[in-house]
Amino acid sequence: MQLAYSLSRLGVEHAALSADDAPGGMFRKWPLFQRMLSWTKPYTGFQPGSREFERHDWNSLAGDEPAHRGLMASVMDGTSYFPSRPEMQRGLELFGERTRLQVRYGCRWEATRKDGDDVVLTTSDGEYRAPRVVFAVGVAEPWKPPIPGLEHAAQYGELRPVETYADRRIFIIGKQNSGFEIASGLLPLARQIILASPSSTKLSVNTHSLVGVRARYVQPFEDSVLAGGVVILDASIEGVKRTADGYDVRVRTTADKPLQFLVDDVIAATGFTTPLRDLADLGVKTFGQSGLPAQTYFWESISLRGIYFAGTINQGSKGLMKHGIPSNSGAVQGYRYNARVLARHLAELQGQTLDRPAIAADEVIPTLLREARYGPELWHQRSYLARVISFHPDRGILDEGVLPLMYFLDNERFDGAAAITLESNGHEDLYPVVYVRHDGKVHETRLADDPFLNFETVQHRTDLAHALEPFLSPSLSRPRT
Amino acid sequence: MAGQELADTIAGFALFADLSTPQREQVVDVFSEQWFGDGEKVLRQGLSGSGLYVVLDGAAAIRIDGVDRATLRAGDYFGEISCLLGEAPTADIVAMGSLRCLVLSSSQVESFLKSNPSVMYRLLQGEARKVRTTTKWLS
Repeated sequence: MQLAYSLSRLGVEHAALSADDAPGGMFRKWPLFQRMLSWTKPYTGFQPGSREFERHDWNSLAGDEPAHRGLMASVMDGTSYFPSRPEMQRGLELFGERTRLQVRYGCRWEATRKDGDDVVLTTSDGEYRAPRVVFAVGVAEPWKPPIPGLEHAAQYGELRPVETYADRRIFIIGKQNSGFEIASGLLPLARQIILASPSSTKLSVNTHSLVGVRARYVQPFEDSVLAGGVVILDASIEGVKRTADGYDVRVRTTADKPLQFLVDDVIAATGFTTPLRDLADLGVKTFGQSGLPAQTYFWESISLRGIYFAGTINQGSKGLMKHGIPSNSGAVQGYRYNARVLARHLAELQGQTLDRPAIAADEVIPTLLREARYGPELWHQRSYLARVISFHPDRGILDEGVLPLMYFLDNERFDGAAAITLESNGHEDLYPVVYVRHDGKVHETRLADDPFLNFETVQHRTDLAHALEPFLSPSLSRPRT
Repeated sequence: MAGQELADTIAGFALFADLSTPQREQVVDVFSEQWFGDGEKVLRQGLSGSGLYVVLDGAAAIRIDGVDRATLRAGDYFGEISCLLGEAPTADIVAMGSLRCLVLSSSQVESFLKSNPSVMYRLLQGEARKVRTTTKWLS
């Protein structure tokens, strides 16, 4: 929806197809326990509809006008800052209505072929042909690893009514968010819950990123430490067998110790996969258990030109992975900006010349620092999206807008330009980083972090002015009067 | 590629040769898998934020100041020096064709090596070979 909207606003002719009957198909089904992991904070000091508000709103699609931004705040009932599943669904419907988004619903993609430079889609509504096709088909098909007997286990999404798990011993295979979501949901009912997978669980509050189990689902940890009703194991699962009255689960710990569990239920929270149909046969390389397509920083398949991706599949493009932290492209607050950048990229590939407004020399430092403090693209896509300003002897100073940082770093077109990002190293507060491309080399300058997240201080101006000395007079670091 | 298949693949790599099957599965779980397109930079000379990379498939050039110095292939690893020293990489690593790697962030390298001493020993052997090569080259 975000990409179709952004393409429309740029005047790029396109067709948007959806197998669903209405907007928000995925959110008519997931999450299982009916409330999102991502928040929309109602009271921020900024009005919904402002760019500044988007930093605190992880769920709305990003419109160009205030009336199309921050819509989730208007559909939530205020009982939680995590929207319920129906609220998320309503927010997407509202965006579609307000923006008069043109989508052909009930049209199923069935097959794909290349015909010269074109990609041809066979759909339930006939053939569509285009030089570039963007697939935004989600990562929501449950996946099971080839563990003997795992076919007996219920999958995320196949659970019985929650009350039927009362007083039962439940073995959950998988220790990521879906496993802990199920464990959290069953905590008030189950007699015992065992969560197992080979690797130790990371927590988002420790990684300072979306990597790891989110704080909302941490309660089973506390139970495991304080009460013993939950067992959390680092172990590989060797097999699952049906018994007369339940299941026999055999595991081997990472210390090579075999263990046996007799339980009443086994649930496979073993992740999700990407429904790419025949794209792998055409040459799209995929990786990982989710079968994500390997993508460039502009979300094009690295192995098949003309095939692009949008939405949560964008997590296949991890970016620089600075300090091990990937992009936030798997979540709405990350991929809504990817889609906007992708729309501009596709418009340029079609021959459009996009507006790059001129910017006065004394506006450069305030603009970059304000972006670091409030720019939602930088906040949500750390080390991935950057605000770029280029300096030209003949054309002056141009605002290049928001671009993938890797594109800036590795593209000679930006020699004579600067980019600002927000970054995190996983243990300190986040901080702005300025990259300056000059004479064929890239220089990186870390600006100071700030406990109030204010990156517009005198110190920030001075440090940024120093980094920009190849392009700007140091006197421009002074605040304007 | 599913985790078990990856665990089998790395069984053939010197770095992980001493690990049991559950330990190799844990490696596959702790590391993440990443693809790079032809010509894409994996690490950038002088820029902060490294990681330990193990080549699964494909090849990569070690490029210093724009000059290719060596080629990395399946089973080779890179980035370990900048992780251990906490410094920026001293070379660009550039994919030669499609490149597939396992990646461990620099912040996790210490705890990973301490909890997998056999990998630490194998890595030390690799570093010793590099020192020996450099010493021969200097003499």
